[in-house]
Amino acid sequence: MATTADVKLNSYRTGPDDKGFFGMFGGRFVAETLMPLILELERAYEDAKADPTFQAEIDHLNLHYAGRPSPLYFAERMTNELGGAKIYFKRDELNHTGSHKINNCLGQILLARRMGKTRIIAETGAGQHGVAVATVCAKYGLPCEIYMGALDVERQAPNVARMRLLNAKLNPVTAGAGTLKDAMNEALRDWVTNVTDTYYLIGTAAGPHPYPAMVRDFQSIIGKETREQMIAAEGRVPDTLVACIGGGSNAIGLFHPFLDDKGTAIYGVEAGGHGLDVENGHAASMNGGSPGVLHGNRTYLLQDSDGQILEGHSISAGLDYPGVGPEHSWLKDAGRVTYVSITDKEALDALQFCTRMEGIIPALEPSHALAHVMKLAPTLPKDNLLVMNLCGRGDKDLFTVAKALGMKI
Amino acid sequence: MKTDTRIDKRFAKLRNERRKALVTFVTAGDPDYDTSLKIISGLPGAGADVIEIGMPFSDPMADGPPIQASGLRALKAGQNMIKTLQLVRDVRKSDADTPIVLMGYYNPIYVYGNERFLDDAVAAGVDGLIVVDVPPEADDELCVPAIARGLNFIRLATPTTDDKRLPAVLKNTSGFVYYVSITGITGAGSAKATDVGRQVARIKKSTDLPVAIGFGVKTPEQAKELASHGDAVVVGSALVTKIAESLDKDGKPTATTASGVLQLVQSLSGALKS
Repeated sequence: MATTADVKLNSYRTGPDDKGFFGMFGGRFVAETLMPLILELERAYEDAKADPTFQAEIDHLNLHYAGRPSPLYFAERMTNELGGAKIYFKRDELNHTGSHKINNCLGQILLARRMGKTRIIAETGAGQHGVAVATVCAKYGLPCEIYMGALDVERQAPNVARMRLLNAKLNPVTAGAGTLKDAMNEALRDWVTNVTDTYYLIGTAAGPHPYPAMVRDFQSIIGKETREQMIAAEGRVPDTLVACIGGGSNAIGLFHPFLDDKGTAIYGVEAGGHGLDVENGHAASMNGGSPGVLHGNRTYLLQDSDGQILEGHSISAGLDYPGVGPEHSWLKDAGRVTYVSITDKEALDALQFCTRMEGIIPALEPSHALAHVMKLAPTLPKDNLLVMNLCGRGDKDLFTVAKALGMKI
Repeated sequence: MKTDTRIDKRFAKLRNERRKALVTFVTAGDPDYDTSLKIISGLPGAGADVIEIGMPFSDPMADGPPIQASGLRALKAGQNMIKTLQLVRDVRKSDADTPIVLMGYYNPIYVYGNERFLDDAVAAGVDGLIVVDVPPEADDELCVPAIARGLNFIRLATPTTDDKRLPAVLKNTSGFVYYVSITGITGAGSAKATDVGRQVARIKKSTDLPVAIGFGVKTPEQAKELASHGDAVVVGSALVTKIAESLDKDGKPTATTASGVLQLVQSLSGALKS
């Protein structure tokens, strides 16, 4: 198997191949019961992509329901304070439901309807994806069951309440450590049991092919808008992109349209938790893990020497997934994207800094990206155009943040 | 695919005797290494014709609560791939003929190293592999190198495996075909026998390989009924549940842990012979 790093590529935007691989990463590693289903999904998605009415419907919903395009905002005080690169935020936290997750859910719910599926299931970590799924299911009157780790149910109370209000059936998962990976296991077990009527609406750019490519496509609206908006504002494409990585859907959505812009430096920011040197104390699968196969795809994983999956840790419930989307694993090995990590504490500091400097309370997930911007921007020239994907708002994290900062609510 | 392994010989012998095979599944190292060795070494004597040994994995996506719990017990007791291969070597000391199939998920094999794993498995006395999450589309990675070493690569066929897909599933399969009688996780519901009969007949039209029927077989009566539609029944969740029920409040094995499982195997085997 040739690794992608050996080959000089003409384009970084052509993957995956017809078996769903990005180099050695990705693929379709699922039980036989699910194979016919993901092959059917792949065909249905190819059909939909070729149908102009499908894209037109997404465009209409993006404009009138999600509130797109999201603004590209010049963070002037932060820029002046840090004294380097010109910092822009892509404001995906202003979308309906409060994060980038709606971009993917609108695309997939339309696909589920085209396929005649009558029941939707999903996994969720922080609850942002769960809320977005429950939202689109409410809009289209489809019954919906969300699997969420029991620990996450506890630490994401506001999103749990929103999902219940939206009439989703919430299934707390107590297996394992009760976080995102365990929720995904249970969702897969549901799908394997309910094969005829159920659509599994995966929330990140991971899982078996075609999910990583499909979720990326639906999220790429972030990067496409950014390109147009930056050209309108500054007359050229950005020099630097920064986004946080859990599974990596917001990041791949921002990055993908720029992968072949050679002058654009790209940074993905993983959750460093208590630090990469703390065993099982972080969620940085690329910086602190190794390749393996989980949840239908080969990718970098947090695992022990026997191939048992570790739970990982992050203050952010949206980042503590032990894997990462396979395209990121490939982009890492190909050397196109630089992946770094940020600790819980650095993210908390960045959250407060952004809140005070710009009057925007970011979610803990993009606070990781912000923390890296705070390190990176001062090292860059003042004409360097930097875009950070502000992919979620911080309302859901108030309890976690208050607790970490010793505030009483 | 035609091969000549312990599995093939065992099924040929049973066919001559007009008997159905009992395929038993337990997890390596459940509830601990020594008890697991005692259970598995006792299986042939209790009437198991083919032994499936589960390689424990932290995230068994296709398994229901009984086998999930079984794998976690084994991992907690320190089981890993090196010890699982050791377990096979230890079982082989007392039994040279009973086919042994290792069953599990891809990641622990991949991390151990595919080539190294296959070499060590052959050397330990393994005859076949069932790797739940490696579909025919990925045959080059593990299945083809396994066949090259004389191992049977046994595939699951399911109710969703339609006629169009069946040839791909059967192509590199050898030893036997494992028919999963329900859509769902292991140990969940019980299949309706009429569906199973029709589905197994469909598979038999496309292959001369024996067909083993599994997922959801709990009692000797069910085993007998399902076996009548194929060549073998697989029992797993019921056996590991028996292990779970025998443990003391600290999860340690008791005097009845091994004997209880083996008695259940005896009664299943008895039902198939009756």
